[in-house]
Formats: sequence, structure tokens, C-alpha cells
Amino acid sequence: MLHVIKLTVNGRERELAVDERQSLAEMLREGLNLTSVKVGCEVGECGACTVLIDGKAVNSCTYLALWAEGKSIVTVEGLRGTDGGLTAVQQAFIDEAAVQCGFCTPGLIITATALAGTGRKYSREELRRLIAGHLCRCTGYENILNALEKVVGK
Amino acid sequence: MREVGRSVPRKDAYDKVSGRAKYTADLIPPHTLCAKVLHSDIAHGEVLAIDCQEAAALDGVVKIITCFDVPEIDFATAGHPWSVEPSHRDIADRRLLNRRVRYHGDDIAVVIAEDEIIAQQALKLIKVEYDEYEPYIGWQAAAAAGARAIHDAAAGNLLKQHRFEQGDWQAVEADGSLLTLDKNYHTQMVQHCHIETALCYAYGEGGKIVVVSATQIPHIARRIIGQALGVPWGSVRVIKPYIGGGFGNRQDLLYEPLCAYCAQQIGGRAVKLVLSREEVFRCTRNRHAIDFHIKGWADAEGNLQARLIEAHSQQGAYASHGHAIVANAVTAMRCIYDDRRALKQSAATYYTNTAASGAMRGYGIPQAAFAMESFIDDMAVLLGIDPLELRLRNMMPRDYVDAGTGIAVHSYGLEDCLRRGAEQIDWQRKRALYAQPQSGNLRRGIGMGIFCYKTGVYPISLETSSARMVLNQDGTAQLHLGATEIGQGADTVFAQMAAEASGLATEDIYVATVQDTDVAPFDTGAYASRQTYVTGKAIKDCAALFKRHILDYAATLPQSGAVAAIIDGAVADAEGRRLITLAELAEIAFYSLDDSRHISAEVSHHCDENTYAFGACFAEIEVDIAYGRIKVLRLLNVHDSGRLINPQLAAAQVHGGMSMGLGYAMSEELLYDERGRLLNGNLLDYKLPTAMDTPDLEVMFVGGDDPSGPFGNKALGEPPAIPVAPALRNALLQATGIGFDELPLTPKKLVAKFAELGLI
Repeated sequence: MLHVIKLTVNGRERELAVDERQSLAEMLREGLNLTSVKVGCEVGECGACTVLIDGKAVNSCTYLALWAEGKSIVTVEGLRGTDGGLTAVQQAFIDEAAVQCGFCTPGLIITATALAGTGRKYSREELRRLIAGHLCRCTGYENILNALEKVVGK
Repeated sequence: MREVGRSVPRKDAYDKVSGRAKYTADLIPPHTLCAKVLHSDIAHGEVLAIDCQEAAALDGVVKIITCFDVPEIDFATAGHPWSVEPSHRDIADRRLLNRRVRYHGDDIAVVIAEDEIIAQQALKLIKVEYDEYEPYIGWQAAAAAGARAIHDAAAGNLLKQHRFEQGDWQAVEADGSLLTLDKNYHTQMVQHCHIETALCYAYGEGGKIVVVSATQIPHIARRIIGQALGVPWGSVRVIKPYIGGGFGNRQDLLYEPLCAYCAQQIGGRAVKLVLSREEVFRCTRNRHAIDFHIKGWADAEGNLQARLIEAHSQQGAYASHGHAIVANAVTAMRCIYDDRRALKQSAATYYTNTAASGAMRGYGIPQAAFAMESFIDDMAVLLGIDPLELRLRNMMPRDYVDAGTGIAVHSYGLEDCLRRGAEQIDWQRKRALYAQPQSGNLRRGIGMGIFCYKTGVYPISLETSSARMVLNQDGTAQLHLGATEIGQGADTVFAQMAAEASGLATEDIYVATVQDTDVAPFDTGAYASRQTYVTGKAIKDCAALFKRHILDYAATLPQSGAVAAIIDGAVADAEGRRLITLAELAEIAFYSLDDSRHISAEVSHHCDENTYAFGACFAEIEVDIAYGRIKVLRLLNVHDSGRLINPQLAAAQVHGGMSMGLGYAMSEELLYDERGRLLNGNLLDYKLPTAMDTPDLEVMFVGGDDPSGPFGNKALGEPPAIPVAPALRNALLQATGIGFDELPLTPKKLVAKFAELGLI
């Protein structure tokens, strides 16, 4: 059955009809074509589908679309400036060669954005724990941590 | 060199960090039909009947195809180049859907429905009647006398075996003065775990079947889909967008043929076949579990005299890459150490009732390195010689030429890998320090492992590649390749190579990242760490020809005079004076009313060379005896991959390989029960390393130009995963005095052993 929900996605208010069985990840991908939201496991194991929900990094594959009523969602598509300019987090991922196949990248950028948004400084070991919900098979996390150290707490 | 050797940012970095890079799932049109596979819930047997009546009646089900409906065509799935010699071809042993069930999860029917939920519901309504046989989970059970053949053509379940022998074997056995060591090692099944699952979609268009797939090998995929469906190869078009990791799983045809067949059977309507993560674990490829028996003979000074190596490889249900994996493993074991008097090798591969094993980063060599490097450290203990010294004394020499393949050393950084790595990790001091008697719960050790690795597949298989460059109207250029970007950074280094050889700037070369077999020139694809070497040669030739075409045209223009070179985006004379910019030249070439010309170049390169890359890993660990937990204090990989095209991306490749090696060593293993059911087929129960499990990764490069490489370069992509597991195992050997001969080194295994030996 379809339900109409109101929410904010990437700064824009939306009114959408969603199937009650639909995950937020499916809604963002299929309903709004926000394909930066990657799906790697559909059960909250890999972290590729992470989005910001009211400023908090959450796996959107285990979050029902219906629960997003009244919430503010941010995906990687919402980070770039209108002129295409990248955020410091995105630029750090490029500069540190933290991107390889790129499939885990949007989710990690969302988590990094949330961490940078706290204004807090974290040790490398703390950062390891904070990104442990993201699986990456290409980088060994080394350059991702280097990118995070450049922008989190700065 | 001007462009080669620069750490330029990745060509695809902006698209990937901004979320606009399109992967296969991002391209599937809305309302595309969904295909879901019915997997067998027995591991070994025969489908007697399938009742689809109820499922077919479900609203929204478009078609159900069973194993009784598909063409009687056996096909091979391995992503090898086709061989014109029938005896060298891969084993054609599977159909689109199989009546004979060979593993728990075998494909026996497929439902095509309007959406995924309907397809899933329909799967549950299908009733299957089986004749069930006893499953064989390990190769020993499959090889036992009286075991039923999993494939009729493979009596005794033996897929293939081979032997290799050199030297005077009898003299070695007769020499009573030699010390001997006799050991067995076991490696486990693990999986690639690319974060994007396996998927494709297919549709009919222009009289062709179009398959969009996350594959490493679009041109090979086209051929195999054609073979599997029994249609002309040219009537299949494969499109490869960005892919979320490959690591060898996609150097194989997974579900592309079945998806193409589904589209064909419903009149060319678009249909997607997207695997769940659980299906990826259960039904795609994995790394072969291999058992090794090694016996070695050495004199008292530690000079290796002879080795006997026997390997048994567990293939799983279908041949896939088959015996090529263990053959590659034992070949590498032959190469890496020098048997002064004799070597005897045998290897056999057996079908089993587990998921088919196939290509995975390192192609048999991580298994070989675990066994061989563990053996060397075990021998070092026996001889009382430092393991570094024992390796320096016995490793592949600079003038090595392999007796089996004829591959010679063209550049030799192996010794530097050992010596400079040892210096970097402070080997001598730490080795001595940790050799002091240790007691208590926390104990430390340092260990190492080394390897050599071929670059590409010559002379075992065909090595060929092609490239095309096309001038744009503004003086920039397109680079078209059949070689694939799979996350490793190929597109970026390809652009650097094309820039180096043409005189253009890397920034002025656009690489067409999507391979479309209707458009892309032929290449066999991403595997065997071959592309920078083989495709690199094609790019070098192509860029040189492209430059010549530009200069030839420039010479016809009145404003350019005596042209000699392309420098910094302009045609220049012999003294380097700029005569005409490429932008000006392009405008004339495209729009001249007298002599318009569309400047391009296309070449193919048949490669008949190969060369060895080298490397070593050094690991320093602390083991908590009570918990069986290993803490990695330092992990260093040292590589000789010749000249680095892009040092920053090269180091990033090494990081990823080290992480994969770490998981192989410490935590990863596919577990099956006695009925052949996979027990941990998801990313929660299967433990690939998280950021918390991974230490800081130290990388060092040594060595110089390789004369056989197009730009002095040689293999890099796969090697970093190879030496990590034995280095960690050997560090644990020093820390505890216990040589673990099975991977992975889990706390459970360690604690059991420590308890058995009285450490706890």
C-alpha cells in the first residue's frame, strides 16, 4: 500500500508516495534517482548506503522510507555546491587517493561529513572505530584515514 | 619521463566523490523485469521434476524457465582468452540451468517477474523433486575410491593433474648427509567481497542481445555469452560501466549468460539479474582451498638441494578456472627458490560439492606463498639459520630462466626487497630481541615472506591488446580501450602512458571508461596484473602512431614548417620551438575547406614477453596467549614493480592488497557443513577486515626500470596480497615457537593449540 510522506531531501522539501515495504535506500535510489546511495548488502552490514538523517549517519537500507516522515535527509548529491565545487571532505578523498572502485566512497564521505560536522578532534584509533561500520575492500582504509585526519577536527 | 611517474589525481575521482559515477545498478531503467534464480537446497543429486504451476499463476510472473527448458549446450565460464587449440580450452561443464545438482545453491530454475517481491514469492511456490546423493565437501572425499562422479567426464572427480620434474632425484635421495624437513600446509576458501554485488541486465536491441554487466572482461564475456546461448558472438553486445571491485570474481562469467537468455526468451524485454550479498557468497566464485605437502633437502649450511612438492586443489562444483590455479601455484613455488639438484612437483584438482572456485587476486600464489614461505621458516628453525639469511641464500637468482615457461628475469629487485625491507623494519635487532626467551601472556615476534609474480599470462595464454586515439576538435584526444578500470586506477595510468608517448598532457586525454564491445577495441581485460604491461604496450604504439599522424598533417600546413615533436600541447621543431598549438591544428584539420582530416590511430599489440615482479612482507606482532589474539604492530610491504606510472595510486594498490592478505591470514574463511551448506555467507559472519582490524600499512618500492615493460613497469595489482599471510604466520612462529600450518590464524585455532602445547 502506498503512503504519502513529507520530508526534506538535500535541502528541498518533497512529498512522496512510498510503499510501506520500501527502504529509505530504495526510495532515494528509485524514487529520486539519488544513485550515490549504494546498496552492497541490504542488511546494514557494509555501510555503502549511509545517508545523513537529521545530521546523523545512518544505514538507509535498514531504515524504512516511512520513518523518514518529517526528517531531513542528505545524500552525497546534496553536498556539492551548485557550481560543482566539492566539500573539504570530498576534496580530501581525492587528494589522499582514498578512492578506488568508489563503491564504498559515498557512504564514507557521508560519515566523514558527519564527523567533520562535530568539530571534534579524534585520534586515528578513534577514527578507525568510527568508520568500522563501512567495509572497503580496495584501500585497506589507510588513505581513507589519511583523508579523515585532514578534515575532521579542522 | 614527463607524464609517467607523476601522482596525478584519478580521472574518475571527481565522479566518484560526487556520487555521480554510474555503476550497473544505477543504469537499470525503471520497471525493468526482475529475474530471480531458484537455487538447489541440496548439494549433490539430480532434479527429477519441477512443478511451476502455482508459481506461474501468480499475478506478475512473466515466465519461469527450468533446467528442463534450457539448450543442451555445455559451456565454460573462465575469463581466459579463447584458445584456437582445443586442448587448451577451458572445460565446458555447465549449462544455463542444471538438472544435475552439484552444490548447495546450484541454479535449477529462474523466475522472471514484474518486480523482485513477486519473483521472490514465486520462487517459494516452485516444488522440486530431487534424487539426492552423498555430498563431497573436501577433495579427499571426492577423490576417495567409489565416490560418485560429480561430472560424468571426470572419473574419480579428478579435473586435471600434472607433474614436473628436473634434476637428479635419485642422487638426492641417496645423499645421507642432507637434512630434510617434511611438512603439510592447508589454505582455506575465501571470497573476494567486492562491495558491489554481482549483477547485470540484458535487453534486445538492433538485432542483438545487449548485456550491461559489472565485469572485468567485456570482450571475453561477449564470446562466452554467445557460446552459452548458441548465438553468433557478434550478436552479443556487452557494456561495462564503473564496477564496485572485481578481484577476479568478475574474471569469470557469473550470471550474464542466464540473464541474456532470459531476455532472449521474453522477446528482448529488459530483465535484470541482481544477486543478493548472500547469493554472491553462495553462488559466485572463491579462492581455491589447496593442501600442500612439501619435503625439502638442504645441506648443513642451509643450501637448498631439492624439493618435493605435492598439491591438491579443491575445485568445487564447476571447472571455472580449474587446474590453472594450482598449476600457477606450484610453478611460482618452483621459481622462487633455487633447488640446486632436483625438484619434483605434482598437482591435482578435484571437483567437490562446494561453490566453484575461480580466479582471485594472486591466482594461486597466495596459497603457494603461505605454504612455501612457512616451509622456509620451518627449515630456518631446523637449520638454526636466520630466515632472512636463508632466503638470501636460496631465492631465485638474477639470471633465472624458468625451465617450464621460459620466462626470464628482466629486472631484479628481489634482493633489494629483502635487504631494504629488513633495514626499514629493523629486522636484525628485533629478530635478536624477540629470540630472547619470552614468557608471560604477551609475546612478540617478527616474520617475513617473499614472492615472485609473472606479468600477464604469456606464454600460457594469448596476450593481446589494442588501443585507439582520436583527436578532438580542440586538440585534446580520446583514448578508447577494451581494457577495464575496475577500481585499480587503470584509466588514469592509461592516460598518463598515452600522454607520455604522444606528447599531449595527461589532462588533455579523455579515457572512455565505459567499455562497449560494439565500440571499444579488443582487449581481454583486467586480470593477471597485465593491463599496465600488455595494454600499456598497445597504448605506447598507438600514441606513437597518433603523434606521427598529427606531425604528418602539421607538415602539410604552411604555418608550421619543420615539425619534429609535440611538446606541451603544441607541435614544435627540432629545437623545441612551438610552431602551432594542437588546438589550432585541430581546428584546421577538422574544418579546413581544402584538406579536412579526422586524425586518429588504432593499433593492436601482440605481446610475446613476460617478466617477474617481486616483493616481500615484514610483519611484527604481539600475541595475547590467553585470548589467542594477534595484534599487528607493524606491517610493511616492499615491492619491485619496475617503474611506477603513478606512485600515489601504486601505494594505494599495495594498501588494498595488504588488507586482503591480512584478512586471509587472520579471519576469513568460507565454512561449509557436512551437507554442503555455506554457514557464514554474509558480511556479518564472514570476517573481512574493518578499519579496526587493520594496522597502519607501510609501503616501500624498490627496483628500477624493467626493459621489457612499455614504460619500465611490470606487475603490481595482485602481488601485494601474496606475502602477508606467511609473514604474519612466521612472526607468530617466532613469538611462540609454534608453526601454524593452516589458515586463518583465528583465536579459536590459536587457543586450542596453545592449550594443547601447555602455553595456557
